[in-house]
Amino acid sequence: MKLAENATPPTGASVDKGILHSLYQTMLRIRVAEESIAELLERNEIRCPTHLYTGQEAIAAGVCAALTKEDYIFGGHRSHGHYLAKGGDLRALMAELYGKATGCARGRGGSMHLVAPEVGLLGTVPLVAATIPIAVGAALASKLRGERRVSVSFFGDGATEEGHFHESLNLAAVYQLPVIFVCENNLYSSHMHISERRAQDNIYKSGEAHGIPGIRLDGNDVIAVYTAASEAVDRARKGLGPTLLECRTYRWRGHVGPALDMDVGVKRKDEMKDWLPKDPLARSKSRWAEMGMQLSDLDQMEERVHKEVEEAILFARESPYPEKSELVDHVFASSKGA
Amino acid sequence: MRVLTYAQAIREGFAQLLASDSRVFVIGQGVWSPWYAGTSLRDLEKEFGRERIIDSPVSENATTGAAIGAALAGMRPIVFHPRMDFMLLAVDPIVNQAANWSYIFAGQVKVPVVVRATINRGGEQGAQHSQALQAMFAHVPGLKVVMPATASDAKGLLITAVNDGNPVMYIDDRWLYEEHGAVPEQIYEVPIGTAAVRREGTDVSILAISYMASQAIQAAEILEKRGIDAEVIDLRSLKPWDQECVLNSVRKTGCLVVADAAWNTCGMAAEVAATVAGQGFEFLRAPIIRICLPDSPAPTSAPLEKAYFIGADNIVSGVERVLMHKEESWRTKSRSSIRRRITAD
Repeated sequence: MKLAENATPPTGASVDKGILHSLYQTMLRIRVAEESIAELLERNEIRCPTHLYTGQEAIAAGVCAALTKEDYIFGGHRSHGHYLAKGGDLRALMAELYGKATGCARGRGGSMHLVAPEVGLLGTVPLVAATIPIAVGAALASKLRGERRVSVSFFGDGATEEGHFHESLNLAAVYQLPVIFVCENNLYSSHMHISERRAQDNIYKSGEAHGIPGIRLDGNDVIAVYTAASEAVDRARKGLGPTLLECRTYRWRGHVGPALDMDVGVKRKDEMKDWLPKDPLARSKSRWAEMGMQLSDLDQMEERVHKEVEEAILFARESPYPEKSELVDHVFASSKGA
Repeated sequence: MRVLTYAQAIREGFAQLLASDSRVFVIGQGVWSPWYAGTSLRDLEKEFGRERIIDSPVSENATTGAAIGAALAGMRPIVFHPRMDFMLLAVDPIVNQAANWSYIFAGQVKVPVVVRATINRGGEQGAQHSQALQAMFAHVPGLKVVMPATASDAKGLLITAVNDGNPVMYIDDRWLYEEHGAVPEQIYEVPIGTAAVRREGTDVSILAISYMASQAIQAAEILEKRGIDAEVIDLRSLKPWDQECVLNSVRKTGCLVVADAAWNTCGMAAEVAATVAGQGFEFLRAPIIRICLPDSPAPTSAPLEKAYFIGADNIVSGVERVLMHKEESWRTKSRSSIRRRITAD
């Protein structure tokens, strides 16, 4: 399979200073959190299976900036970025990775099961593609209630090989539901390159047969992502139905764990050198400078974010573990035990 | 009291839920069709509109996943699978998702979804149009499983399932659709986790599930003519299940036959038998006997099908086997009241 040329951002993509500032801040928080977690994984201080988002920050940041707190999002196994971008509490994320009672899932979820209903993140789970139909259902709820709320499903390129994905596209199209399918195509499903899993490099066309507009875009260009997501959200709110965004990107670290450029013991192709210069944060920083703004503003932000992440780690370390007596709580809602 | 069929009672439950709770909607294949749903959903779409009564594409996985998503977003969906066999395409959303989310997110989200699965078998339909897979779902923490056997429970358990706030598998059986029974007209609940003693007796306990509960009543009538006084319990709810009711009955009778028209191995009957053996060992005067389907897929050819499915006769012979053991046990203990009655028959 021949890989498609680099996707180009939608024409005329530009943003105002405030939005770029906020997008950069979101990406930076994700980057610093993820790279700190990588160190903690290397030291075996965090032990749950952890799939890091480094390199893909522009997608979570760009999409979530186009949403309101009331909109729903759903994610998968690699969802720290989605959680933070939607406004999930950083300390509760760290505590969850440590298995602490103060974690966002009270120590029942770890890295792969995150939740922040107070900001519209109803859940992330690692069963590949599982939350795609669930996001469609949340959108169906919006439609039945006559709300303007939209739902977003974040998933990887591997998820597009599951039947769930194709059933969900049809369901969303036939009922014209306010859902946005965000495929983060980082070229790898675990250790398998996309060329070994697909005959055609055309995920964005998956909705074509159902009349769902599909857009392939540079997922490392946060402005491109934000612009495309804003248009998709606008369509959804107007009742014009679903959109599929294929965001091209690359994860810097392995499928799971902290290893750089190495997947589950398998060395990837020699692509990292091409992707490092496309670092979404570095590109936003250049954009910031091009717009005539002071880079020193961003340095101050960096200092603040590092401090915030350090504090969150400290909070997690010092938090208590859940009590053993809670073991079977919440098997059913509003009841104790099974 | 007014009499309805089982299918009419289900339909009334749906209609009253839809009329009284705007969060309730229905999604699934065949919901507009009497072919798929019998009279159990008849004309609901005419009464409540096709937006709320959604006859879906052939996508068990996505429709069940969507029902779960809608439930997470505050709705009270009922997803309908007119054949339980086909519902296996939706096992990920049911088992990995609906069952897990309350626990893994520490109760911060809940999944108030009802998955209605219909057992539709017999008539030479064969292996993939026949399965009764309740045990698979009762095995999973986080799912409740109910199987009404009467018209009144068919309505009441549906209403309870929707109001429960947790994922509930509501499993009905086409073989029961024409059974008649008194059904209250108002909206009412039948508590999940309670069994019903359908017939009191002192010689043997028969615990039966769904269709086998009506067969157990017939079996008890046959046994009565032979001087055997059987107690019949309709389990109604498989998870949680009413251990107290069953143990109380076994305390009285000293023996138990469990009838479930599903496979024997690792089935619900095995679960009941293990629990009674573990918690009611001192009550037992005979081995517990299971009346279940052979461990084979369903055949189509009529004579094979007749040999495959079970009914009142199988329960009767199960009871006879149990009572022989019980009599033996009595004789060794020099207690012979049961023996005398059996001998007199």
